[in-house]
Amino acid sequence: MKKKLLTMLMAATMTMGLVACGNSAAPADTGADAGADTSVATETEAEAEAPAASGDLIKVGIINNDPNESGYRTANVADLKAMFTEENGYDASFAYSLKNDEQIQAAQQMIADDVDYLLLSAADTAGWDSVLQDAQAAGIHVILFDRTIDADESLYDASIVSDMAQEGKTAVDWLAGQGLDSYKVIHIQGVMGSAAQQGRSGALDEKASAESNWEIVEQQTAEWNAEKAQQIVQSVIDRGDEFNVIYAENDDMAKGAVAALDAAGISHGVGKDVIVMGFDCNKWALEELLAQNWNYDGQCNPFQASYIDEIIKTIESGSAPAQKVVIMTEKGFDATTITQEDVDTYGI
Amino acid sequence: MSKTNKNGSFWHRLISNQMFIPLLALVLLAVINLITDPGFFRITPTVNNAGNTVLSGYLITILDYGSELAILAIGMTLVTAASGGQDISVGATIAIAGSAMLHVLCGGVARPTEIATPVIVAFLVACLVGILCGLFNGALVAIFKIQPMIATLILFTAGRSIAAWINNNELPIVPDPKFGYFGGFIPGIPIPTTVFIAAACIIVIALVLKFTNLGLYTQAVGINEKSSRLNGINPTVIKILAFVILGLCVAVAALIKVSRLSTINYSVIAKDIEMDAILAVALGGNALSGGKFNIWASILGAYVIQFLTTTLYKFQVSSDALAAYKAVVVIVLVVFSAPTVREYMSKLGKKLGAKKEVA
Repeated sequence: MKKKLLTMLMAATMTMGLVACGNSAAPADTGADAGADTSVATETEAEAEAPAASGDLIKVGIINNDPNESGYRTANVADLKAMFTEENGYDASFAYSLKNDEQIQAAQQMIADDVDYLLLSAADTAGWDSVLQDAQAAGIHVILFDRTIDADESLYDASIVSDMAQEGKTAVDWLAGQGLDSYKVIHIQGVMGSAAQQGRSGALDEKASAESNWEIVEQQTAEWNAEKAQQIVQSVIDRGDEFNVIYAENDDMAKGAVAALDAAGISHGVGKDVIVMGFDCNKWALEELLAQNWNYDGQCNPFQASYIDEIIKTIESGSAPAQKVVIMTEKGFDATTITQEDVDTYGI
Repeated sequence: MSKTNKNGSFWHRLISNQMFIPLLALVLLAVINLITDPGFFRITPTVNNAGNTVLSGYLITILDYGSELAILAIGMTLVTAASGGQDISVGATIAIAGSAMLHVLCGGVARPTEIATPVIVAFLVACLVGILCGLFNGALVAIFKIQPMIATLILFTAGRSIAAWINNNELPIVPDPKFGYFGGFIPGIPIPTTVFIAAACIIVIALVLKFTNLGLYTQAVGINEKSSRLNGINPTVIKILAFVILGLCVAVAALIKVSRLSTINYSVIAKDIEMDAILAVALGGNALSGGKFNIWASILGAYVIQFLTTTLYKFQVSSDALAAYKAVVVIVLVVFSAPTVREYMSKLGKKLGAKKEVA
């Protein structure tokens, strides 16, 4: 008897949970709470106004990765949320997940809700064809941002992406420009297979195999994790291997590596024993550059909202976007030339 | 003849001792490392960038990075023994406790110029949060009789989002270098602080087990809940207590984790640490179905796991392959603890003993 009651209670709570997070149009939905305890949360910015009121608003559905994934994502989400507001003429709903299948589910839901635009930063490059075909059939414009996907170009209207390979190349060129006699690099990689990892690793691998005085002392994935990076660098130090460059594929991992250097009394930064390189331009990382504790930080531009806004305006006015694929301009910062102004402008 | 008898019983005692498997693994790893690189055990003093003389070397690294796991192994052993299940929310609750600690330390600001409250206050808040998480898990398991793995799945799934929500998705950075002492070195002391923290936790639990009936009661509940109730033990309280103790261990581990880098990343902090903690308990020869337990074997198991991790890093094994090696350890453990294999082993032991006697 007791068990039955409990089961019913549990079932009731679960259904409630489903209702709360599944239906983006439910008037009672208060986004933030749902976001806290489910991995896919759809929230309604416009708090589901009466249908008549949203008539002149452009309805956009935004599918993104989990805002907690990294500083990059947090900045990206904040940028999108600031742009797609009612004041700017948008009725936006957001869905977050790091899992492709959950993202696809959210996309289907948004297509069923009849959004005008579907904005997508896909967790995985594959598996999007059928959903995008559905969207096209329903007359929904699809715009990719941040990450590209393996689908036919005709299935989306535009894509605003970062060129990760270019980011890697800029960084490696900068490193080559330092004119060291020999390069002994500890290469700390991101999650294997992600676009950022492939692009940033590719450039370094190519250079290291082409030049005789470039050597990769250690190449390991720390999966964007600072603690893992710390352990990996610690193990190289314990082994007694010599190195003079740390090439970490994001700022967090560079920070972990530096913690290991500090513990072992190895100096790092401008004019010191070890060159430290990171990516993403977190504000705290740029401050390390400013203090000359690190040497280089490559930008990965998370601010796509204004580009997307421009493209939507163009499509709304009846013409096609000038460029189908927009690649964002991205910089690399050198500790010797960075200014406080750069930190304030480009730090995320 | 009496000598062989003694030998036989010694062999038998050794095999049946719970510390045997983790010790064997430790010796095996040590020997492998000694053969491949005699310098493995060298410990050298160096001056770190803060200007302190500190010890460094593989052994120090193992002791340093193994501490969180050893602390968690204490709580996980108790939870396993009392409830016959495991808590898989450990990593997520470390994120929650760490996030709460940073929230208090930084006064809710992402980039403060100085810490808002003393570290001890922030740590007590983290302990409180750890205890609350423990109470939540414990209540689900002990009162609502939900399978521990299912009950803790709730915080496992939601924990990291809750941690992010506590700090409003910001990643606060503690400005005070003194906060880094807990996961690093205190000036003037050449041994990592984490070693002392782990030692303190081990001493506390040793005293608790010696001077209270916690150990006995936990075993009684784990072996047979009904009969322990008939003997006047309240299984509900014991189970919840086990989860609360694990919650405290989580708070201490969170202090170390957060202090190592003076910041937090909700999605990756202490990732998959619960699996290592459970593996430590299994490696210690404790039955994962509850009942009798040996905390020292679990703690040793934790250091063995770190020993293995450090060894694999030394051999430049790709870090995403580490899990595969741990899986091999699990397979060996499962095979060794299977009843049929045990029976065969003891038969073999007896046969060997008999042969010797004949000779």
